[in-house]
Amino acid sequence: MMMRAGSAERDGGAKVGDPAIRVEGIEKRFGVMVALSPVSFSVEPGEMFGLIGPDGAGKTTLMRILTSLIDPDGGEAWVLGLSVRSDASRVREVIGYMPQHFSLYSDLTVAENLRFFADLFGVARAEREARTRELLDFSRLGPFVKRRAGALSGGMKQKLALSCALIHTPKVLVLDEPTTGVDPVSRRDFWDMLERLRAQGVTLVVSTPYMNEASLCQHMVFIHKGKILASGSVGEITGLFQGAVFAVEGPDLRAISARLRGVVEPELVRILGDGVQVLALSERRGEIEKLLAAMKSEGLVSASREIPPGVEDSFVSLMRE
Amino acid sequence: MNVDEHSVIVKDLTKSFGDFVAVDHISFEVRAGEIFGLLGANGAGKTTTIRMLTGLLRPTSGGGTVHGWDVNTQFESIKKSIGYMSQRFSLYNDLTVKENLRFFGGVYGLSRTQVDERTEEMREGLGLGEWLNRRTGALPLGFKQRLALGAAILHRPAIVFLDEPTSGVDPIARRHFWELIDALAAQGVTIIVTTHYMDEAEYCNRLCVMHSAKIVSLGSPAELKRRHGAHSIEDVFIELVRGA
Repeated sequence: MMMRAGSAERDGGAKVGDPAIRVEGIEKRFGVMVALSPVSFSVEPGEMFGLIGPDGAGKTTLMRILTSLIDPDGGEAWVLGLSVRSDASRVREVIGYMPQHFSLYSDLTVAENLRFFADLFGVARAEREARTRELLDFSRLGPFVKRRAGALSGGMKQKLALSCALIHTPKVLVLDEPTTGVDPVSRRDFWDMLERLRAQGVTLVVSTPYMNEASLCQHMVFIHKGKILASGSVGEITGLFQGAVFAVEGPDLRAISARLRGVVEPELVRILGDGVQVLALSERRGEIEKLLAAMKSEGLVSASREIPPGVEDSFVSLMRE
Repeated sequence: MNVDEHSVIVKDLTKSFGDFVAVDHISFEVRAGEIFGLLGANGAGKTTTIRMLTGLLRPTSGGGTVHGWDVNTQFESIKKSIGYMSQRFSLYNDLTVKENLRFFGGVYGLSRTQVDERTEEMREGLGLGEWLNRRTGALPLGFKQRLALGAAILHRPAIVFLDEPTSGVDPIARRHFWELIDALAAQGVTIIVTTHYMDEAEYCNRLCVMHSAKIVSLGSPAELKRRHGAHSIEDVFIELVRGA
């Protein structure tokens, strides 16, 4: 698939070296509910940027502001140098948006859905035909072009929704939890498609509640209750974790966990299927190491080793602050 | 009823819809108090298996027992022995927490007094205390999730089915939820989890991976990773499903 050569006019005020997206002090309230406290970050051109956070964190609100669908109460954001407040219509020309509950017309075929979105975005006819062929090839939906969207599998619907969001060849693509409810194989396929878009120079902003998808992004922000708790690369975020993670094994995991929970808060101790993991935050590390050694001499612990912290471990420690 | 160590026994369980075989001669056993994960892509046969184990669908051949009850004949007894919770839980947002519990208790044939007694017992464990008279729609997601679990265990089922129970909640709420699940399992309640999310799969004692109506791997998370030379359960899963 080819990118449209960006003209200076189309790229608004963006200059070489400018971020693809710049968010400065964006705030949003719905009545008394604060959806976003002032948030600021920037996204580099051609990167996959993750908005990681649980349901209700403010991810969707932020995406709707970036796509100029709703106005912020304060702050400003620019997409390729275009203000989402004062240049909304041009923002929509350069940005593609795949909402979480995307709306395909289930009575229309794959081809008719693509045609509909092409008309909606004012894609010229000559361009539309070439673009449709490209997208059918990209999504491997070619063989299903005459199938009604309602009769597609979940994974295929999702690929069609992505194709519709790409019909006007956006330079920036915003996807709201595209992989929620999707099985791991379809999810992996979908991320592969996003990676191919990125390789072509498209800037992607993807939200997900799943920590293990964070590793697929170059940079991310972790959003919780409308605030950014951390931002950076996976390495930078795991680097924020102050302390050690221990993987502990033994014959009675519940007994091990109970002893550890006598020393630290319950959320720092997890019984996983065949081991216990404990987050030993810096100030407790000595105490936990002593306890692990004691349990080892009692025969309660058969092995314990330090493992590298994951993104989730960092977030858990940050959420407690 | 004859319940020994095994809470769920499945032997050659098969379900066909016309020419389509949705579940093809699967066999496994789940111990009482075990946290057992059932994984599979869409269409792998997971949902059909769960529907047979919950008495909603009759097997074409083969069979098994759930808490000692026969999956071919004793559907009503099975339904009384199990609880079911989904992340897309069906709580009534306009009812208070207490009213929701009374409603679900009523569905399971409990009297209002019984429901109130059990609510009182679960109140601390589930952390529902101060929320009991609040409208359910106003609860944070983490509390709704605990309430949904409470509604699913009010009738003290021997086996609880969880469908993507913590999808979308924050990491601390997820840890607290699994702590509750582990406490239930420690009391001998069997937990059967279906999920697409490997963050949840890691909490299971054993995992059963289904593909094209058959079981393609069964073992503890560590065993599966060793067996398939993978670093994560997600990689195990992708290899099994793509390689098959």
